Amino acid sequence: MKKLYLVLLLALPLAGHAGEFSKLQADKSSITFVSKQMGVGVEGAFKKFSARVRINPVKPEAGMAHIDIDLASIDAGGAEANEEVKGKSWFNVTEFPRAVFDTSEVKALGGGKFEANGKMTIKGKTIQVRAPFTLKEEKGMLNVDGTFTLKRLDFGIGSGLWSDTSVVADEVQIKFHLLLK
Amino acid sequence: MKQVVAYTRTAITLHWLIALLVFVTFPVGVVMHEMALSPDKLRMLSYHKWLGVTVFILLVVRLVWRVTHRPAPLSGDMARWKILAAKAVHILLYVLLFAIPLSGWLMSSAKGFQTVYLGVLPLPDLLGKDKVAGDALAALHEVLNITMLLLVVAHVAAALKHQFIERDGTLARMLPFLSRSSSK
Repeated sequence: MKKLYLVLLLALPLAGHAGEFSKLQADKSSITFVSKQMGVGVEGAFKKFSARVRINPVKPEAGMAHIDIDLASIDAGGAEANEEVKGKSWFNVTEFPRAVFDTSEVKALGGGKFEANGKMTIKGKTIQVRAPFTLKEEKGMLNVDGTFTLKRLDFGIGSGLWSDTSVVADEVQIKFHLLLK
Repeated sequence: MKQVVAYTRTAITLHWLIALLVFVTFPVGVVMHEMALSPDKLRMLSYHKWLGVTVFILLVVRLVWRVTHRPAPLSGDMARWKILAAKAVHILLYVLLFAIPLSGWLMSSAKGFQTVYLGVLPLPDLLGKDKVAGDALAALHEVLNITMLLLVVAHVAAALKHQFIERDGTLARMLPFLSRSSSK
């Protein structure tokens, strides 16, 4: 954490520096996911999240992100499903209200592709994940778009009867679209 | 009992196959509807949809067969109103066997769950996700099913009445072994 603050402090004079994008346009950003139920992709979303992001397309290795998702804001496709996934065997939002993704390890993969290597924390478990993404500048804004796959059972999401992956697949595809100014 | 002219073997097979599927799909639908969300419910939902799609496909085949082949003539001397009533019930059952799977498919799409036949063949979503449409289609699916239940009761009751009270060979048109065994 200390290191993070240091990074932030060092970055302060650079805020607004040419080429760097850091202000999240929350209403134009989204975090969605696709789970597979009985082999059928079902879309969902997290309606509320905050993100501290700093990225310079020309100097990606200086980038960082701290994304904080309000798990109770989940839309899993319907009212009944929403109630279910907030419960104990899924996200257990009363005990673990937030999911956090933290990275300060960004690298360019070439061809307009980048990758963030970071820590995903859900339900008290932290796992290292690699999130590939693209950057696109448009009208003074930066579009950050990426997709990666998590295994829900690594985090104990959907335990007990729900751990049967023939009904709900282990792999969940996460898609993020962040618009930064 | 006189010898009756039965339906074609294809028509008979399609009739009983669809009847069997409806007698499975309907209770699966009722039971899963009452269940709380669970893996079993998701399984049953999928099976219900696959069964429904199968009924729909068989019905299309059956309608094509029905249009291109003469149905078995009615046996016995039936009152005109009875003939009309039987015709009306048959037509309504065809309509429902078509409309019920269709409303279920559309409901699925409107609720944001694509129908993937047998888990491998995705059917196109004819509607986008829309809660109001989803709820309306769910209500329609239910009303159509209750209507079908009543019509099936009438259809079965009439068939049994022909067989056991009027003994006119009507049922043997759809169950040829009845006429064979009675003519021996």
